[in-house]
Amino acid sequence: MANSPEHFDLEHQLEGWRTYLQQHRAISVADADELEDHLRAEIERLQRAGLSADEAFLIASKRLGKLDHVAAEYAEVHSRRLWQHLVLSPASTQPWWRWDLLLVLALAIAAAMAIKLPDLLGWMPFDDYRADLFYSRNMAFFALPFVAAYFVSKHQLGRQGWLFLLASSVVLVSVANAYPYADYGDTFTLTIIHLPIVMWFVVGVCYSGDFWQSQRRRMDFIRFSGEFAIYFVLIALGGMVLVALTIALFSFIGFDLEHLVISWIIPCGAMGALVVAAYLVESKQSILESMAPVLTRVFTPLFTVVLVTLLLTMLISGQSFDLDREVLIGLDLLLVVVLGLLLYGVSSRDPEQPVGIFDQLQWLLVSAALLLDVLALVAISERLFAYGFSANRVAALGENLILLFSLSGYAWYYWRFIRNQQGFAALERWQTAMIPLYVGWALVVVVVLPLLFRFS
Amino acid sequence: MNLSKDLMAASSTPLVLGILADGESYGYDIAKRVEQLSGGALNWTDGMLYPLLHRLEQQGLLAARWRVADSGRKRKYYALTEQGMNSLREQRHQWQLITQTLNRVWDDAQQVQGVDGHGQFA
Repeated sequence: MANSPEHFDLEHQLEGWRTYLQQHRAISVADADELEDHLRAEIERLQRAGLSADEAFLIASKRLGKLDHVAAEYAEVHSRRLWQHLVLSPASTQPWWRWDLLLVLALAIAAAMAIKLPDLLGWMPFDDYRADLFYSRNMAFFALPFVAAYFVSKHQLGRQGWLFLLASSVVLVSVANAYPYADYGDTFTLTIIHLPIVMWFVVGVCYSGDFWQSQRRRMDFIRFSGEFAIYFVLIALGGMVLVALTIALFSFIGFDLEHLVISWIIPCGAMGALVVAAYLVESKQSILESMAPVLTRVFTPLFTVVLVTLLLTMLISGQSFDLDREVLIGLDLLLVVVLGLLLYGVSSRDPEQPVGIFDQLQWLLVSAALLLDVLALVAISERLFAYGFSANRVAALGENLILLFSLSGYAWYYWRFIRNQQGFAALERWQTAMIPLYVGWALVVVVVLPLLFRFS
Repeated sequence: MNLSKDLMAASSTPLVLGILADGESYGYDIAKRVEQLSGGALNWTDGMLYPLLHRLEQQGLLAARWRVADSGRKRKYYALTEQGMNSLREQRHQWQLITQTLNRVWDDAQQVQGVDGHGQFA
């Protein structure tokens, strides 16, 4: 009888302690279980030594340390978890949030206007015969600098950040517009494809908030990129439905909006959506954050099946070594998509999960991609010997060599991880170490190849 | 005796790995064993042990699994992986090197001091 109120009190205390602990976002339910087990074990020991329940609780919880400090330590170890909850935490105060929102709106409008400006000022009207050339080579510059500007401001990168953004944008814009490309030539197409990659990395450097210094922020940027793609596609789909409905409704009542839609709503909407998507990912609520792991889990098996089937078909039918141009391009596209899936899969994986069937599948995917890449390389070198060097072939050769290197690393680290010889962190480090290599090559393709091949 | 923070941080990994070399164990047990083995001198803030365990797990030095303990509560048990074993061997080597060197330094210092002391008295 005498003991029961005390016992009740202890459970109550433990509950309060646990509630307080779980307010810290870096501490998962499993962590709280583990810490609670520790606390209970210590309380039991102290009680056996003759202390009363409340004394035991007091001493045991004190020994466990200040919960805030412990939580900070957890946050250090489990940065990925924290990333999921990072923004719009309840602690953020209202005025800051409003200011942030205003900034995003201003930047989105600026991006939307940027694409209209050449048209409005008469430099390059939308219906000009050279408009395609102009807008496609500058596509990366209308919105992405504003996305980067959002992060420079948000992370308070200061003058160094603004200078970096300004300088890299100016250099890239000058290259894209000053190079005398042959209209629709190979080097022109290559530039259009590779320029956004370089510009996206500029966004990444600003996003990291520490100029690409820490491994943790680099991984965050890869996650950000994946989520950004999802958000942008969702917004685009919604926008398309809205636009189609608007056109249809207005045509019913006798107004033709098509011109307005094509010259205003679609370009401005798309550019503004890029900025808004970036903001949404940053300030995500927990609705979509489970999308990345789910999507990778859906698509990794599918892609594995496709790659393995393709590989087997090519090897069995003996078609493996004389791929023609279209097949080669398709193959390279497929490999790039696989790499994207891989980046996504690695970054959305909880590093603490034990090795599972999914990791073995991932390894299979990497290995199949690696073999396909070897086949592609053989085909490319044959084409090089047969037809000599061209901008496209050199770009393809470089890309496949980089893929070979990168995928080999993935295969190796996945293998070691599956065999329990190494943690997942090594794989993550490999992944982020490869990013500058991809960007570097994209930069070479944009800046050097056109010069080498005389803008053909 | 209070150990400096840096020393605590540096020694905690080899201590944990060393204790787990005896076989699988859980956080509370590890903390108690460190306390016992050091005669109570090494007194960690217990809560800090767990982030360390998780870090070592992430690095692949430890493997963890949940089991239901005798107490009826579920409990996370940690065990050394092969990589952990290698790491322990390496760290052990390094620490031995440091203690050996320190011992030699202090032996020399004692001798020098001893001679000096004599000199003054004589």
